[in-house]
Parts: sequence; C-alpha cells; structure tokens
Amino acid sequence: MTSEKRRQLEEMCLQFRNELMDILHDIQTGHPGGSLSCTEILTTLYFDLMRHDPKRPEMEGRDRVILSKGHAAPMLYLNLAEAGYFPKEDLKTLRQVGSHLQGHPCRHKTPGVELSTGPLGLGLGAGVGMALGERLKGSDAYIYVLLGDGEINEGAVWEAAMAGAKYKTCRCIAILDHNGVQLDGTNDEIMPLGDLAAKWTAFGWNVITCADGHDVEQVESALFQAKGETERPSVVICETVKGKGISFMEGKSIWHGKAIGDAEYRQAKAELEGGKSHG
Amino acid sequence: MAERIAIRDAFGEALRELGAANKRVVALDADVGGSTKSVLFGKEFPERYFNVGISELNMVNMAAGLALEGFVPYVNTFAVFLASRALDPVQSLIAYDQLNVRLCGTYCGLSDSYDGASHQAITDIAAMRAIPHMTVLCASDAVQTRALVHQMADWEGPAYLRLSRAPAPVVYHSGTAFEIGKGVMLREGGDLAILATGTVLHQALAAAELLANQGVQAAVADLYSVEPIDRELVIACAKKTGRILTVEEHSARGGLGSAVAEVLAESWPVPVSILGAEDFAESGDLDALLEKYGYKAESIALRAQALLRKGR
Repeated sequence: MTSEKRRQLEEMCLQFRNELMDILHDIQTGHPGGSLSCTEILTTLYFDLMRHDPKRPEMEGRDRVILSKGHAAPMLYLNLAEAGYFPKEDLKTLRQVGSHLQGHPCRHKTPGVELSTGPLGLGLGAGVGMALGERLKGSDAYIYVLLGDGEINEGAVWEAAMAGAKYKTCRCIAILDHNGVQLDGTNDEIMPLGDLAAKWTAFGWNVITCADGHDVEQVESALFQAKGETERPSVVICETVKGKGISFMEGKSIWHGKAIGDAEYRQAKAELEGGKSHG
Repeated sequence: MAERIAIRDAFGEALRELGAANKRVVALDADVGGSTKSVLFGKEFPERYFNVGISELNMVNMAAGLALEGFVPYVNTFAVFLASRALDPVQSLIAYDQLNVRLCGTYCGLSDSYDGASHQAITDIAAMRAIPHMTVLCASDAVQTRALVHQMADWEGPAYLRLSRAPAPVVYHSGTAFEIGKGVMLREGGDLAILATGTVLHQALAAAELLANQGVQAAVADLYSVEPIDRELVIACAKKTGRILTVEEHSARGGLGSAVAEVLAESWPVPVSILGAEDFAESGDLDALLEKYGYKAESIALRAQALLRKGR
C-alpha cells in the first residue's frame, strides 16, 4: 500500500467515525459499537480492494460485500454514500419512516446492498451460494462476508462453513470482526469462542489472522493473502475493538446499541478531533 | 379407479425435465434427495445440483445467494422442515428480498405416515401464507405437479410448492394448464361447495358422489393456489350455494380454510366449515390415518351434511 493510499483511507475512516457520531446522535438510535469496529475493514474493501461501480450497482462480475452482521448498517451506508451509490444527504434519514436506509440493510430499498441482513448467521451461507453462482457463470468475482464474533454463536454459520469447504468456494472470503464483545457482555461471558483459528481450520478453511483490524495496511495485506488461496475458502480473523476511536465506547457492550447523549457526543467529537491532530 | 401416480415421482421427473430445458435452474437438497426425488435432477446435472447435507436453514441461505446470481433454485426437503427450521431465511432472505426461489416441501400433510407426527407437515401452509410476497401452491395430482414445477420457473417472486409423498389418483387430463392464482371448478352443485387443496381433492370428489346419492348436490373446486387465492371463484361458490366446506390435509387453523374464510368474511359472508387437523397425528398406514383423522370421503360427506343442517 502506498503511503498516499494509506493516508487517504485513514482520513476516510476518521471522516466516517465523525459522520457516524453526527448521525447516531442526531437520530438517537442505531448501533455505534459494531460500526466502529469494522470501519477500517469496510473502508478498505470499498475504497481499495473491490471491483465495483456505484453507477452500475447490478454490474455483472462485481465483487460483493455481505454485511452479515447487519447491525453495522450505518458504517455500510457511510461507505456506500461516499462511494456514490446514493446521495450523502440521505444518511440523515437513517431509520426514519419513508427512508431507504433501514435499521438493518435492505437489498430492495438501498442501492449497493447485496443482501438483506440483520437476523444473524444467514450471510455466510448466502455468500457460499453467491460464490457457487459466480463459478457457474465463469466469473472471477469475490464475495466478502463480514461476520460479527457474537454472530458466530449461530449454528448456521458453521453449516455454511462446512458447505464452503465441501464446494471449495475459495472466492467466498469470510471476514471476522473479532472485537470480543457482544450485546450482553464479552464473548467469554456470553459464549466463549475458544480457539477460533483451530475451529475454522478444522472446518476446512484457510485461516488468516490480522493482528490489527484497525490498520488499513494490515487489513489489505490479509485480504490479499485470502485472495491468493485457490483451493479452500478463507476466513480473515481481524482483531478489532468494539467502539474503536471513542474512549468511553471501547470494549463496552453497553455501546452495542445505545443512544448517544449530548455530553457523550461532544466528548466523542473532541476525541476524534484530537485523534486527527495526533495522526 | 383412476390411475395413481406418486406426486414425488412426478415432481422428480418434472424437475429433471425442467433442468434440461432451462439452464438457469439449479437444485438443492438436504440429504433427502432419494426421498424428494431431486436426485433425478442431480444425476443428470451434477454441476447444478447441491446436496448440502442435513442443514435445511443453510440450504435456504445458499439458495438466496444463487438466486441473487440470477439462477432459479429449487430447494428440496420435507415440508415440515422447510416450514419450521428453515423458516428464518425463508422469511428474512427469500421473501424480504423477493427472490425467485422455489421452495419444494414434500411429504406434506400426513403423507409421511409411518414416520409419525414429527415428520408430518400440518402447519406449512399457515406459516408460508402469512409471509408477504410468498406464493403458496398445493399439488393435487401428478399432472398438476408437473405443470406447476414448470410454471414456477418463470414466476416472479418466491414460491412454495406443497407436495405429497403418497400415490394419488390422477384427476386431470395430461397437459391441463393451471394458472397461479386461479382455481378449477370440477363439479357443479347448488347445495354447498367443497373447496379442497392438495391430494385430498379426490376424496372431496368422492364425497360429492356420496352426497349425490343422498340427494345433496355439492360443487367441488380445486384451490391449488392458496396464495394468491382465486377470490372470484370462492365468492361465486358462496353466492351460488350459500355454504362452504373447505378440506385440507393441514391444520384447521391458518390454512386453506382460513384463507377462504378471510375472503368471505370481507366479501360475502356465509357459513364456512373448515375440515383439517385438530391435533398432531401419529404413525400408521396412510389410508388408516386419513380415515381416523377424518379426511376420507365418508367423513367429508358427514361434515357436509352437518353444515347443511345449519341455517343460512
């Protein structure tokens, strides 16, 4: 990654965090924690790695993102709007009656959304199905499925993992946003995940670890590695922080889906401003 | 006695036939391909056949992905599993995204008779019918099964096809056309109308014969399309006879009877009697079960007589 690209992606991530605070504070609903943990992952996908054309959202052979952890919808919408799938001013209508921006992604309402998600655990199977479809069509497109770590409590994820291994859908790349925290508490408190790498390996997947899922260069490099695998499907386990970038949200399950108060908003904005000056 | 052909055999053959004609058709099964007969498709088109193991929910997720790629997936398993454990993505992906997925639930009603109530589907129509955008079809014989398998390929939006395991008498002439959203008037009669769906249709027709011998003229219609339902036909029957008896191998709550009652309550209220399951059934010979649980012609005729004793 060039330093110019790195700087561009980092600025974009900072901008998305700022806009996320503005929107969620304004509408007093939505999920900040899980949006902040996958900011670098989504931004690297949309503005660095993916083959896509916002002017032709249904373009054949495009790479696709399935936001299986659908509650991170605000961060997906920020990326889609910035890329040009729809006007940025639509963002302030998030979760409001009549808006095309639903609380959880809705395919037939929002341009650029590839699959409606929200009920957790369904996205990976759909991604495996898409990869099979792309293969039948002779396409070389990639399907990126972003999973939450709480989400993989769902058995359907592991059904899909078996299917991906059976059908060798190497172009279906799972990305695990491993922020360690789910709605009611930490993974360890709610449902310990054990040795994640060993689990995915045992299911027949190529496991790639990204030690810092908030370093765009590391995210890019891990995803490149995944793209290089031509036999097994790959999972990129990104170590992330829930609520990343806002000190009082970091690692706190309470910020999974809590409304942001006025004082909290001011502090969050100040911290983001400070983060900018520190580079 | 009319010729009897197992619905599942007709289905498997029709799916294979469709696969040859339409390269966009793919099929998925959850390790019951020998039972659903999707294996016939799989043998001929292995590259378009996905046996995903015993994971019904994941099978529907994968079908969603394939549909989004422009394929037309036919999803096969037992009706009871499709309409229970796989219902989550049926609702949240297939219906919500209005995908062209064909959900084929076999062994419906009591037709998986010896396996017992755990494998019999008596809530699938109700579950599917409540979901927005879902089309619900129940095949009454082999001819209709073949026609609906083909017709579904070009239908816009998600569809559920309910199929019996049992050999069923052939009611229709080969090549009969069926329109989704329509019903078929099979017998005229002025005293009451029997509206049936699925393979119990032939029992309804036999009941009408019994009733005729008792001096009662019963109309009989096949409502194979439960959603969308043929409102005009239902209302016309009510206007003409003033009494409606619905018959389905399904819970008496939420199925065809409810669909008919909804139409009539709004448009032409008349007494409606709903013949369907009141409880889970049990293991046993299918014919014995149909008799015990009231689906045979004699029981239907008795229900009709009881309805006639009610005032208009």
